[in-house]
Amino acid sequence: MPLTLDPNIADADRFYADLLAAQDGLSEAESHAFNARLVLILANHVGDHETLRQALDAAARADDGAGSV
Amino acid sequence: MLDDRYSLAFRLYPYARSTEQDGDAPARHPVVVLGGGPVGIATALDLGLQGVPVVVLDDHEGVGQGSRAICFAKRTLEICDRLGAGAEMLEAGVVWNLGKVFHAERKVFEFNLLPEAGHRFPAFINLQQPHFERLLVERVRAAQAAGAPIEIRGRNRVDAVDVHEDHVLLDVMTPEGPYRIAADWVIGADGAGSPLRKRMGLDFEGRVFKDSFLIADIRMNAEFPTERWFWFEPPFKSSGASCLLHKQPEGIWRVDFQIGWDVDREEELKEENIRARLDAMLGADVDYEIVWSSIYTFQCRRMKRFRHGRVLFAGDAAHQVSPFGARGANSGIQDADNLGWKLGLVVQGKAPERLLDTYCAERCHGADENILNSTRSTDFITPKSAVSHLFRNAVLDLARDHAFARPFVNSGRLSVPCVYDDGPLNGPDALPGGPARTRPGAPCPDAPVGEGYLLGRLDGGFTLLTLDEDGPDQVEADGIVASRLALSAADDPSGALAERYLGEAGAAVYLIRPDQHVAARWAAFDAGAVETALRHACGKE
Repeated sequence: MPLTLDPNIADADRFYADLLAAQDGLSEAESHAFNARLVLILANHVGDHETLRQALDAAARADDGAGSV
Repeated sequence: MLDDRYSLAFRLYPYARSTEQDGDAPARHPVVVLGGGPVGIATALDLGLQGVPVVVLDDHEGVGQGSRAICFAKRTLEICDRLGAGAEMLEAGVVWNLGKVFHAERKVFEFNLLPEAGHRFPAFINLQQPHFERLLVERVRAAQAAGAPIEIRGRNRVDAVDVHEDHVLLDVMTPEGPYRIAADWVIGADGAGSPLRKRMGLDFEGRVFKDSFLIADIRMNAEFPTERWFWFEPPFKSSGASCLLHKQPEGIWRVDFQIGWDVDREEELKEENIRARLDAMLGADVDYEIVWSSIYTFQCRRMKRFRHGRVLFAGDAAHQVSPFGARGANSGIQDADNLGWKLGLVVQGKAPERLLDTYCAERCHGADENILNSTRSTDFITPKSAVSHLFRNAVLDLARDHAFARPFVNSGRLSVPCVYDDGPLNGPDALPGGPARTRPGAPCPDAPVGEGYLLGRLDGGFTLLTLDEDGPDQVEADGIVASRLALSAADDPSGALAERYLGEAGAAVYLIRPDQHVAARWAAFDAGAVETALRHACGKE
């Protein structure tokens, strides 16, 4: 199953707010730990190795300076 | 001149003068094994049982103290059983199945190795390495008594090697002075520090891990269960970054503390300092005696090639892994298993020398798999960066409540034999619907057959296994015989035999190598196809 990089969350603003709210009151270290757990939970939900590979690549590319501003 | 580097647990092969020490010219032997450890002795035993004369040289007179390797895997027991020592190993060892994983004070989860039914041997036994070695040497003594041409020479230290195209000259030092011997083939089973490898100036590249581990084998009468307990970030004082508690026979427990890289070894090995760590872990009221202790560091590395002309390397001399997963001694025994029959056929002139290149190809594949697995375990157990530590602890936090995170928890992926997929000796996989686990290259899984087990019915040579299919008593190609073992799915009412060897197929024919790996398989017997595969499995075409 190819990785979806098109909009897929019906109410993007709401999810984004939830994501930030979930980290309210956490120290930076706690927040990092939260995000690490979240990555693992979502990765397991995706499951498919090739899709996860594409996600890792997409995350790496976004940090190469070309389109991250 | 010949000082012991370690003290002996068992003096099994005291020095005895050989008549060769009086000869003018060096005596020539078909095979000389350097090193009387588990890999050297297993290889010598395999060759001797084939009738191939073999001499083992060891610079000590027996087995060293210290338990070192303790976990011996099912495949190792099966190989030892083929060599005639499996039942004794099983009898002497402790069987365990349950493992518990802790993170600080909390239990994260527990696992059961849940051994599959229908195998003669369990997934693992724990047994101190000196006992494992002693049982192998005792088996050599029994084989010698029955005529196997094996000789073990204690206190024979090789001081120089001179490698020629068709033989190797060895300068050997003994308590009574030096002598020389010549060998058609030399096996370097002389351990991780292999003097032979160094003398030949051969590479041994790999990754160094900056960590040290304090091991203590202790005797105590506490009622801990026979389980493997592993702590990440243990809660007891100065226990280091991880800790392992594991049962051995005779009331002995292995405790392993990961204590970091910059440690004062002499200081850490003082009894009072070891006791301080143990008391914190076990509780001050537990009475115990320290039987053996040591500090070790490790690397994951291997030689580029295990064959260098007439010299073959095996075991730790050829490859080293971290201890996580028990892949050291177990993989060495698989080397012996792979090398024994091949060298036997070459020495007897029944197979070309290039068969030995397949030893290198197959066992390098095995070493790579072991190094990959043990490196991954090491990276999980000792995270190398803040981020890897973050993810490691995230996994442990999730694993308590969520099953999905448990497969990520890696305190060692326990040794299983590798499959020689795409191996140079593999023949056709022509059994439609056949199970993946018995594809060409795979080690034969055991299964009940009548009153016994399948692996016990394989006779040490090539086997033509027919399942509900006709065939001749034997197939021969260029003097090499595969003897038929005719079975039926009905021979195993539990259904394991059919599940493991037939799958969806109604009948099957397997060509099985002397080391019990599948060479090829078919849906029906075809003499020409079997002969071709037999020649191919001997490196002939």
